[in-house]
Amino acid sequence: MDKKAKSALIDPLFNNNPIALQVLGICSALAVTTKMETAVVMSLALTAVLVLSNLTISLIRDWIPSSIRIIVQLTIIASLVILADQVLKAFVFDVAKQLSVFVGLIITNCIVMGRAEAFAMANRPFLSIIDGLGNSLGYSMVLIIVAFFRELLGSGKLFGVTILPVVTEGGWYNPNGLMVMSPSAFFLIGLGIWALRAWKTDQVEEN
Amino acid sequence: MSQHSTGFTFMFATGICVVCGALVASAAVQLKDRQTENKILDQQKQVLEVSGLVESAKSVKPAEAKQLFADNIEAHVIDLKTGKLVDGVDAVSFDQQKAKKDPAVSTEAPPNSAKVKRLPNQAKVYHLMKDGKVSAVVLPIEGYGLWSTLYGFLALDADTKTIRGITFYEHGETPGLGGEVDNALWKAKWPGRKAFDDAWKPAIEVKKGAHGPPEKDPYAIDALSGATITSNGVTNLVHFWLGEDGFGPYLADFRKTHK
Repeated sequence: MDKKAKSALIDPLFNNNPIALQVLGICSALAVTTKMETAVVMSLALTAVLVLSNLTISLIRDWIPSSIRIIVQLTIIASLVILADQVLKAFVFDVAKQLSVFVGLIITNCIVMGRAEAFAMANRPFLSIIDGLGNSLGYSMVLIIVAFFRELLGSGKLFGVTILPVVTEGGWYNPNGLMVMSPSAFFLIGLGIWALRAWKTDQVEEN
Repeated sequence: MSQHSTGFTFMFATGICVVCGALVASAAVQLKDRQTENKILDQQKQVLEVSGLVESAKSVKPAEAKQLFADNIEAHVIDLKTGKLVDGVDAVSFDQQKAKKDPAVSTEAPPNSAKVKRLPNQAKVYHLMKDGKVSAVVLPIEGYGLWSTLYGFLALDADTKTIRGITFYEHGETPGLGGEVDNALWKAKWPGRKAFDDAWKPAIEVKKGAHGPPEKDPYAIDALSGATITSNGVTNLVHFWLGEDGFGPYLADFRKTHK
């Protein structure tokens, strides 16, 4: 793999993370991270949509008239999202029920449009797939880390399996109620950004 | 034709719309059967759980659930106002949620504390059969909690007074607080308690405080801590569906015909 492809895949993890550095896609990061299961399925759905939308848009990038390019991108992304939603409802019904509107809201996830406009419109299909994959990984990583802490500390479980037996079920762990509410995702992402910028100081914004 | 001409732009837009439209439409058509099946199966699992045939709707396998349902449960469509069973409607495919939204077969609900807005003319109930007799009735229930409408089932023994179980399969309450309505330990507080008092008024109430066993405290369920409004919502919606506007007429009729 050449250097460009490698950086397209690896950079979005730490150096240019869509959530931690660009602060995109926060809405779904708050909503679907109360449990590991929903976070993982959401990550997979976003990966599928982002990779396919980058591929499609990159394939037809030379023909898209620039006057209607945003709406063309949107049409393609929206179709892919509906497709993802339908597939989830048909094959993993229980999880689809919990994700409810948030799969549909991938359409409004700025990461997808952002990558289409910033990368896929100007790069070859192969590189665009790698870029889509890299950004989905960056997004998924943050989602899964946040969900890990929220599910473990908020309900004492991971993937629905009890790790810390909670008081209401006869155990000893008193769950942290804040962890199951959306604000806790903000705190966790904030702490994550802090840690990341302490490590990679070039990400710190100048005053 | 130049890429920047208006004609090309129109053509391109039309092409994209046709391709995307075909893609979405064919996916929807292809997957529809599977989705409907999932939906029906999900309901059946809930009915099995609330009537006590399986421990948890989540852990039961699809084939097993189908078999158990076919062997033990009968679905019926009833007229909500008169409470009589309706013949000639296929109970398996009858969708009460759809009926509720269709103005031709539903009416506006009278003002109620469960915040139920529309009532279908016909509703779907399930009978749990044992040795050719009805051993429990399962009623669909819904109503507003704190953030969301809760959807679930309530199962009553054949005396229509003793609660067999309760379950909520869809809600958007706060996880960990109001969302605990689907906690198995909380739901386990319901069986054995009485839904109605001796004058057939809905009497079961979700209220604060640890309550004794069903024999001592037949009408009280310990509320969910940190979720007063969801708890009150559950009381309200159970009262509504057991009352005159809900399944009251059906239950009265059931008592007459199943002595």
